[in-house]
Parts: sequence; structure tokens; C-alpha cells
Amino acid sequence: MATAGFNDSELLDLQRRLVILRVGLLLVVGLLALRLWHLQIREGPYYRDLSENNRTRSVVLEPARGLIFDRNGILLANNVPSFALYVTLEDVKDRGALVAQLASLLSLDPELIQKKLSLGKGGKLQPRKIKDRLTLREATLIESHRLDLPGVMIQVESQRNYPAGDVAAHLLGYVGEVSADQLEKPDFADLHQGSIVGQYGVEKWFDRQVRGRAGQKSVEVDALGHEKRAIVSDKPVAGDDLYLTIDAKLQKIAEDLLGEESGAIVALDPTNGDILAMASRPGFDPNVLSKELTNKQWVEIVQNERRPLNNRATQGQYPPGSTFKVVMAAAALESNTVTPSTMVRCNGGYQFGNRLFHDWKQGGHGSVDMNEALIHSCDVYFYTVGQRMGIDTIAEYAKQFGLGQETGVELPSERVGIVPSTAWKQKARNQPWYPGETISAAIGQGYVTVTPLQMASVIGTVANDGVSVKPRLVQAVMNRGTGERAEFPPTVRGKVAVKPATLALIKAALADVVTKGTATRAKSPLVAIAGKTGTAQTAALRTGPEKDIPKKFRDHAWFVAFAPVEAPRIAVAVLAEHMGHGGSAAAPLAKDVIEAYVKAYPEVLHGVPSSGRAKSAATAVGTRPNL
Amino acid sequence: MIDSRGFDSFDLRFIGLIAIILSVGVLSIYSVTHSQDTSFPFYLKQLVWILLGTVAFLVMYLSDYHKIARLAYPTYAVILIMLAVVLFMGKSSRGAQRWIPIGPFAFQPSEFAKLVLILVLANYYSRAPRVGWLHRVVLPGLIVLPGLLLILKQPDLGSGLSFLAVYAAMLLMVGVRSKALGIILLLSVMLFPFVWEMVWASLHDYQRERVMAFVDPDYDPGGKGYHALQSRIAIGSGELSGKGLYGGTQSQLKFLPEGHTDFVFAVYAEEWGFVGVLVLLALFIALIWVSLEIAARAKDTLGALLAAGVVAMLCFCVVVNIGMTAGMFPIVGIPLPLVSYGGSATIMTMASLGLLLNVKRRRLSLFY
Repeated sequence: MATAGFNDSELLDLQRRLVILRVGLLLVVGLLALRLWHLQIREGPYYRDLSENNRTRSVVLEPARGLIFDRNGILLANNVPSFALYVTLEDVKDRGALVAQLASLLSLDPELIQKKLSLGKGGKLQPRKIKDRLTLREATLIESHRLDLPGVMIQVESQRNYPAGDVAAHLLGYVGEVSADQLEKPDFADLHQGSIVGQYGVEKWFDRQVRGRAGQKSVEVDALGHEKRAIVSDKPVAGDDLYLTIDAKLQKIAEDLLGEESGAIVALDPTNGDILAMASRPGFDPNVLSKELTNKQWVEIVQNERRPLNNRATQGQYPPGSTFKVVMAAAALESNTVTPSTMVRCNGGYQFGNRLFHDWKQGGHGSVDMNEALIHSCDVYFYTVGQRMGIDTIAEYAKQFGLGQETGVELPSERVGIVPSTAWKQKARNQPWYPGETISAAIGQGYVTVTPLQMASVIGTVANDGVSVKPRLVQAVMNRGTGERAEFPPTVRGKVAVKPATLALIKAALADVVTKGTATRAKSPLVAIAGKTGTAQTAALRTGPEKDIPKKFRDHAWFVAFAPVEAPRIAVAVLAEHMGHGGSAAAPLAKDVIEAYVKAYPEVLHGVPSSGRAKSAATAVGTRPNL
Repeated sequence: MIDSRGFDSFDLRFIGLIAIILSVGVLSIYSVTHSQDTSFPFYLKQLVWILLGTVAFLVMYLSDYHKIARLAYPTYAVILIMLAVVLFMGKSSRGAQRWIPIGPFAFQPSEFAKLVLILVLANYYSRAPRVGWLHRVVLPGLIVLPGLLLILKQPDLGSGLSFLAVYAAMLLMVGVRSKALGIILLLSVMLFPFVWEMVWASLHDYQRERVMAFVDPDYDPGGKGYHALQSRIAIGSGELSGKGLYGGTQSQLKFLPEGHTDFVFAVYAEEWGFVGVLVLLALFIALIWVSLEIAARAKDTLGALLAAGVVAMLCFCVVVNIGMTAGMFPIVGIPLPLVSYGGSATIMTMASLGLLLNVKRRRLSLFY
């Protein structure tokens, strides 16, 4: 049957043309196969990586920070569970919308969220921590919006907590997110955006030990960034625990003694350098500072006139006033400037050139020897011996006692004060030393400045018969994984070149300061205390009685002490800013601290040897104490 | 109309290939969707479509294709009306209106339009006078045009291109002289900018963006280039031997959208790797080869044209679908014949193959 349009030959034509289809088909399918070979074989591994990235997100598991205990095992810093919110940019389809949504759900500043999203390395696959310490309400709110928030993840993490609140705040310090600048440094190389690091105090000094090591979790996610399955590939390792030398109760007592005043109290065991208490007021609550603060909150703290963040014990530099006479006494006797029996006449003033330097006591002390000069804090005596010795001899002994240098305590940003000398003045002021300046220096005024910790160390060295032990805050570090406790032995810094007889004379005189001298208010029925008062002038313009002067121009009150006199186990330095005379304002505080200590540790009254007592460099350096 | 003779023409290779490819499809659909919690899972629905497709196959196989061809014009008219209806009341998906809802199901006239167009053109060329290119090119072109425009208006770029492919294949078959071919080519080149502008203007934003994403693969990888990129990742990450059945993370974790429909090939390629891909390509080549054989041995012009049209459409869909999932072409929304999930497409493809086998049966028939 013929068709209407084509005859049979045309049908053959038509069928022959099918060959074109055949050839075309083979050609095109060949091209397809080539393309698929290219995708699957040549670039297969590349696409395999892409598909792995598509489905897995690696999540950092934050380690728990090590705990911090006091010497008796009282917990000072621990961790509490909290929620943290992370965002993985890879899974975010509309960044602007997400930021707006998070900002409204968490009442955050959108700019802050944007900033956090742009921080850090690791590209779009690296989750960014946007906020931690979410409240339960916030976490629930986020979870209930789960489906509209692809790429958002809530992780349970541990947050630093300071159960005792502001107690020992300056010592413990606080923690915070690692900053962009810090991340650039090699010390922080294994950290990432959102890592928590110590920003102050022992938290900062021992950060490497306390920090721990982050772990990793691979989370399989679907196309919407929802978690399907999680594989922990690397468990986080908790940081090491720290055992501090401080006694939390004594610390609290010291802080309460300062109360609302500004100042510092340092108490240490002179035999091994253990810092028993180190109070600095005003303080702060490290729980607050470890949170993310707004710029405004931060500025408020930093610009606070009373500078609560300043650790006055290690960073406050004050003229030592008459407490410096302890160093002067040692220097004068050892340099043979005077003998114990050398008498100096005090008429209430010392004439130098055309200037009269007053004694604190109008009318003077009469004829005094070294012993009496210390007991009654005779200024004229020390003007005289200072003038005879010269500034460089004074400086030499001050340095031996550790002034003008770091004590080496395990706290960041320790200040060193000033031990003036001719060389110092030439270098610092580009001026020669004027002999008149030695007279001020002799009673701890003028250029001389010290920190309360340094003074505690000075008086501790005297108490410890000239052996200077480095003050220390941390006794031991415990590895939480192995339970292994590594003790830090006390470190002897050296022995001052002062004869035992000289030290004995000074100690006896300091004991008399309390019983019949300027510090009778430090006298305790519980324990024999020795000490030295000091009043550090703050302003040149001082006329009339103390109570008429505005507080901020009043003198700083000093008292340095040790006890028990026979076998000292505690050395204390008290510095109360603008509180006037050391004898009236500072001495009672030192007495209270010492009494609290001997009540808590009555064995110190009976001459029980100190644990880890470091008597001399030869026996103690590098040895482990028997605890 | 049904003729019970001729089961002897039943080509087991042909049927076997169809069955294997259909199985690959059902397995892949099952793999992508098995985790979805639906009362009537996709793979079961697909089995229903295959069942209906088998009925359509048998109807087309057992009927007389001359009689079917005679119904081509009225059927084409009905399809045109349906396409027009779709524009007004069709079910919308992703901005395109392609479906007419029928109870719980949706019927996609543009799929059936392809088969009807084959019938119409084959019918036309087997009867029409073949003098001059007015009769060869222009008049059939005018037949193609209303359907093409209605489909593009939906817009369904894939079906529109299929229409053109069928038309082109028919032109090729009836033999366009080289001079005419030259003129057509020249006109195409000259008119291309205008046509392109018209097409571009008629495209939806998402389609333009897909084209953009094709031209520049890294254009907005999280957004409009997402399909293309995820599909390439799925295929590429299958490497030589694949990730195994249900092991395709791209599809299982929903990185690959539309894994059971247009992108089913990517799912398959991810799970079975290059080896599996070659097997599937071989299956398609074999099926088309057998089909071409049937076309080449057609008893009459109508049969040859019908067979050639079906083969051309099949080739076109396979090549364009795989090409677009592999990132060689822009994404235009053409299902992979016999593999992609979808009622209209499955039934239409199986009906076309039934028609093809019918052509073979007529060849063996003593009555022609």
C-alpha cells in the first residue's frame, strides 16, 4: 500500500537518513560518557571532598577549664553547664535575615553578630560562636525556631564560675573570649574564634595549664544544616586543676578588713613564700567580667576612678614611708655607717643647706640609737645615716631585699616600683643626683616606690633571717586525666648579705615597735607580733590637722609585720590608701589578719616547722617539699 | 481497533531493556525517597504509573498505527485546549503551570503533547505533498507553533525544546535539501538575537538565573547555581564505583533537590559510580539502537516517521537530561525517560515505545 506523500524509494531514502541519527547518537553519548568520566574519575576526588564538606560539619568541643582550689581544697573557680550558640555560614542561605532574626530573638546588637560571623579562620565551614551563657529561655526560643534557622546550633558547654564571688578576684582573674589579636600569636595557635582564655590573674598566668585541649565532633548535617548524626572523633581534654597557696578564709577576712577603703593586704609564709592572702580593694566580680560585656559596661569598669581592676598588691606603687627604715637599718649597720650603739641627736629636724627636714615628732626624740630609732621611727636618725651612706649604698641594700624588681609572683603585669640611685636618676631623668634627695629617700619618700607585695617580701626576708623566698601563689598542678599532682617547690631567691646579729637587732627592735613603739595597736594577746609602721606622703601641700585635708590628699597608711616573733610563720604588709598614719590605720588590720591566721593554724604558735620550709638556697632550690 | 494478532512480533530484547531501565528508575526513586514518611511512597506510585504505562504500551502496540495517526489532528486539538486550560487553572509548581489536577494526581499535558506532535507530524509528512519548502518546512512549522508557544508560556523550556527536537528530527527524516538547510541555518543565525530576546523575555526569573548559572557555574552557588552544583557534586563524588545503594549522601541528606524526578540520574551516578553510569548509558544505547532498527525496517513512511520521531525524542530526552545533570547544558527540566519519577512522562514514554513496537508488528503483518 502506497503512502500519500512518499513513494517506496523515498521510504528507502528516509530510512537511510536514520544513519545520521545513529552516528549522532553515538557521538553525543560518547561526549556524555567523556563528560561523566571527567566528573567521576578525573575530578572524582575533588567532588568527593565537596560532598564530604556538604554533609559534615566539624564542631569544636570546648574543653572544661581546670578547677582552682585554695590551699585547703576550697573551690575558687569551677565550671557550670551553659548553652552556646554557633552559626555555620555554609548552611546559612540568607545571612542578613539570620542576623536580624538572631538579633531579635536574643536581643543582641546586629553589628556584634556580624562582627562575630566575620571573625576567625576556617572558612564558611567553621562554626562561629555568636553568644554563650544563653539563658534556658533563649536556648528554648532558638530550638523552637530550629527549622527557620538553618546553620544555627546550640551546644552545651561549660562556663567559668567563681563560687565565692568577688573573693580573691584579683588573684583568680577572669576569663574571656580570645581576641583577634591574641589569635595571631603562637601561644594561641591551637585556639579558634570563641575559645575561652584567661585574661587576668592566675587564669591568665596559668592559662596554658588550665585551658585544656579542645576536642572535635563531626556532625552529619542535611541540606538545611540540621544535625543527623554525630561522631566524636576527638574528645576534649579538661585543663589541669590548680591548688593555690592562699587560704580562702583568710583572704576573705583580709578583704573584709579593707572594706570599702582602697588598699591592699598581703600575707605570706616567709619560710616558703606561700601567699596566704592577697587582698586588693576595691574589687570586682569575676563572674561578671567573664561574661561578654557591652562596650559601655567595659568602659565603665575601666574608667572607674577607683580602678577596681588594678591589683594594688602587685600593681600599686606607693612610697614605702617609714617601713623603708627596715631596709635602711640593715644597710646602715652592714655598711658600717653606724654601729648599734651609735647615737644620733634628734631635735625634731635636720638641717641640710638652707632647708630644714622635719621629724614627724615635734620637738624630736632626743638622743637615739638604732634600736630606739626603729621603735619610735625617728626620722632624723635615718636622715643622718642616709646622708652618711649615700643613695647608692641605700639602693644596693634595697635591691638585695628585692625592691625595684619583680617578686616573680605568678600574676601578670607585676609592677616593680623605683629604687632610686645616681645611675637611675641619670637614666630616668637625665639629671645628677642631688644629695638633698637622699634625705627624702632615707625615710621612704621622694622617688622611692614599692608594691605591697614587695614590702611583704622584705619583711618576710627579715623574719626568715635573711633568706629571701620567692612569693608564690600556686602550690601544685593536678592533671585531671591522670590524677597526677605536680608540686611546685618553693624557690629561694637568695640570702641578703646581712649578718645574723644585725637581723636579730632589727627583729628585736620591730618586736618593740609593737609592744612600746608606734604600733601598739598591733599588740595581740594571742601572738607576739613585730612590725614597722609607715606613713606615705601623697601630696606636698600639707598643713594643719589630718581631718581637715580632703581624703584624696591624705597620706597612705603602711604597716609591715611578722609573727610569731620567735619563729615567724606569717609576714604581712598592709597598705591603706589615704587612711593617714600606719600605726592607727594599718597596724590593727595586720593584727587582725595575723590573729585570724594563728587561730586557724594554731600549730604555728608552737614552732612547728613549716611545710616546705626553705631555709637556704643550698637545701631548698629544686627540692620537693614534704607535704 | 485492538488487533490480537502479532504477539509474535513481541521483541524480548526491547521489552527486557525497557523493564531493566524501569527497574533502575524504581530502585533509584526508592533510594532517594525511602526515608520520607508518606503514606503512599513515591516508588509505589511509580509502580502504579508503570502499570498504567504498560496498559498504554499495550494499547499503542496492539492498535493499528494508521488509525492512531488518523486521530492525531483531533488529539492535537484537544491537547492544545488542555495546554490553554493549564495556563488558566493549572497547578503551579516552582512558578510554572504545567499540571491539571485530577483527584490526588496531576496530569501534565505537555508530556503527552510530545507524543501527539510526533503523530501529527508523521501523519502530515506521510500524506502531504512534498513539493517546495512551504510544504516541507513552513506548514508543519505552523502546526508546531501553537503547541510550542503554549508550552513556552507555562513555561516549560524542556518540553518546548523537545517539540523543536521532534520537528527537527522529522525535517531531517523527510530530507531537507542542503540549500534549504542553509537558508534555515542562515535565518536561524540572523533571527537568533530576536528570538532569543523574545524567549529571554518570556522566561521566568528562575529560568534566567539557571541559564546564568550555567554560563558561570560559580554564579551564586548557594542560590540559583545550587541545583547544578549539587548535581555535579553528586555525580562526581560517585567516582569509579559509587557510594552504594542508599549511600549517596548528596541525595540522602537532601543536598540534591528533586532527586527522584529530574535529577534521578545524579542520584544513580552517586550510588553506582562511573561503572554504573556506563551500564545505564549502554542500556539506553541498546534501547535506542533496537528502536532505530525498527525504524529502519518500517513497512511504510508513516511507520518510519513515527519510529524516527519516537527515537529522536527518546535520544533528545536522555542526552539533555544527563547533560544537564552533568553540567553540560543549562537546567531545563526534562525527565530521564523511564527512570525519573512522574506519571505523565512514564505513561507517555511507554506509550511511545508501544507505538514503536507496533511499527515492527506492522512490518511483520501479512496484511500490509
